[in-house]
Amino acid sequence: MNLEKERNIISYKELEALREEAIFNEMEKSKVQRYWLTLKSQWPIFVMLIPVIVFFLLFRYRPILELVIGFKSFDANITSNTFASPWIGFHALQELMFGTKEYTVLFWRAFRNTFTISMYGLLFGFPIPIILALLFSEIKSDGFRSITQVLTYLPKFISTVVITSLLFLMLRPGQADVNIQPGVINGFLVWLGAVPNETNLLGNPAYFRSIFILSDIWEGAGYGSIVYFAAIMAISPTSYEAAKIDGANKLDQIRYVTLPGMAPTLTIMLILRIGGILSVGYEKIILMTENEVHWVLDTADVLSTFILRLGNVYGSSAGLSLPPDLVRAFSTSADLFNSFIAMFLVLGANFISRRVSDTSLF
Amino acid sequence: MKRLDTSEIIFKILAYVLVTLFALATLYPFIYTISASISSKNAMDAGAVVFWPVEPDFLAIKAFFQEPEQGVRLWRSYTNTLFYTFFGTLFSMGVSIFAGYALSKSKLLFKRQIAFFIIFTMWFSAGLMPTYYNYQALLVSNRWGIIYGFGVQAFNIILLRNYFQGISQEIEEAAVVDGANELQLLTSIYIPMSKSAIATVTLFYALSRWNGYFWNRILVANANEHPLQVILRSIVAESGDSETGFDYPYSLRSLAYAAIVLSVIPIIIIYPYLQKYFAKGVNVGGVKE
Repeated sequence: MNLEKERNIISYKELEALREEAIFNEMEKSKVQRYWLTLKSQWPIFVMLIPVIVFFLLFRYRPILELVIGFKSFDANITSNTFASPWIGFHALQELMFGTKEYTVLFWRAFRNTFTISMYGLLFGFPIPIILALLFSEIKSDGFRSITQVLTYLPKFISTVVITSLLFLMLRPGQADVNIQPGVINGFLVWLGAVPNETNLLGNPAYFRSIFILSDIWEGAGYGSIVYFAAIMAISPTSYEAAKIDGANKLDQIRYVTLPGMAPTLTIMLILRIGGILSVGYEKIILMTENEVHWVLDTADVLSTFILRLGNVYGSSAGLSLPPDLVRAFSTSADLFNSFIAMFLVLGANFISRRVSDTSLF
Repeated sequence: MKRLDTSEIIFKILAYVLVTLFALATLYPFIYTISASISSKNAMDAGAVVFWPVEPDFLAIKAFFQEPEQGVRLWRSYTNTLFYTFFGTLFSMGVSIFAGYALSKSKLLFKRQIAFFIIFTMWFSAGLMPTYYNYQALLVSNRWGIIYGFGVQAFNIILLRNYFQGISQEIEEAAVVDGANELQLLTSIYIPMSKSAIATVTLFYALSRWNGYFWNRILVANANEHPLQVILRSIVAESGDSETGFDYPYSLRSLAYAAIVLSVIPIIIIYPYLQKYFAKGVNVGGVKE
């Protein structure tokens, strides 16, 4: 009866809509069915994906959840569950950035140091692999070139511990009281008259940056040249011929053929480099400064090492007297600050390069 | 014959000179390390060793083979590092090969989503402290924890995927007609056909295991499970103490250099094989999508 009535008042438009809905439902059903069938036929592949998905969930995505501890107080005596701890909001970040205690000073010092080291690294570390690649491309004897190339890549494969150990051993000062001469590089600098006999180069804030960046160049310039060398080799020789016919000398050729030819590579590498400005490696700095007097940290303490000291992970947290239940909040907040600025830098560099040169990472 | 103008000749000479200088600067610390590790205590203390060994007596190197005091901790850490490198690389490669193979399938359901899930971690990571707390929460604090906790790098998975994708579909189809299942396809077609990519990734993983220091040091509580790099670090640090140096027939700095030599030897041995692959790997690894 009711049904009869409804059927009577239904309009043509409504009928159309109903029909469309029915067709749509039918299609959805078969879509789900199709998914199910594909899934069933692909089950061995999904089994292969289980380990990697479990690994990434546990070790790459779960830490992202742990970030909430930056906004919570944490006391292991009350609960060791991060997620059950009480909220404190932005207190830690605020204190760290605008507080009046020692850690605020040290935080901004670390920020400045990170920026300075990165800028020097960019200024000196970025062009050298490019120059090296240019020089390699100039060497036409294959034997000599591959030998020197392979040699210069080698330090990249040596551990940070070995490299910092070599720095420590070669730069150490002499000990006049027990008749021990300084390390070989220190000795050389003494012989040149550049430094006094007793200078501890590694423990001196004035020398730290130069040592850090020079050893980075020694370690990475050869390996870093690979990608530029490949870009140079991809440039067609006829371009050089054409430039020469137009009267270009070697510098003109580099300026008008080589550099434009490797521009996309240069841009991408520069973006990557700028994105990494706030991520100066902690391992090398820790290893370089650990055995030295703490005032080398005046120039050596960067955000990552500061964060580790703030979190009581490594080394003493002298001058960082934090309430124990806020240690995690402070260190994680500093970490978050670091990540956000780093992300902003990558996005900014990417945006500018897309505007200027049509090359971008994403 | 092609004519070079003056600027080109100057540049070429400059290239040879600078490249030679850079190569020598790279080589020098290695040669010095070897020389210093075998030179006598007198020569070391007097600063006489500059390039070649002086009065070589090999005492520091011998100490690691003859004196239990020096030998035990070095060789125990050496064994630990071999353990981390072998099992760690095995685990990493297993997971990465399966993942790279699965993602190389063009018809895989949710392929884009899964690829994004993995690639996302290359662009965003939680940072040092959350990562540290996460390891603590998951009890990564012993040998096996290190093995599985540091297993997989997104970059290496993508590298393998890109290589697998380049393998011709026709061979696979022929094998499927013959009734091969996925595992057989992987082990009898894909793996044998991508030896160079697999070698590259294996070397990347093995190298990072061999050179690993920081996380081992802060996560592994038991000193008997510490790897070579951690022990090497303390041997070098001890060489800075002048007081104890009198008790030994060799310079403590020679001992430190000798430990460095012993720790780097395996890398130098495989390096000639290594360098054939990694230059290729650096270029294959560009992330697409």
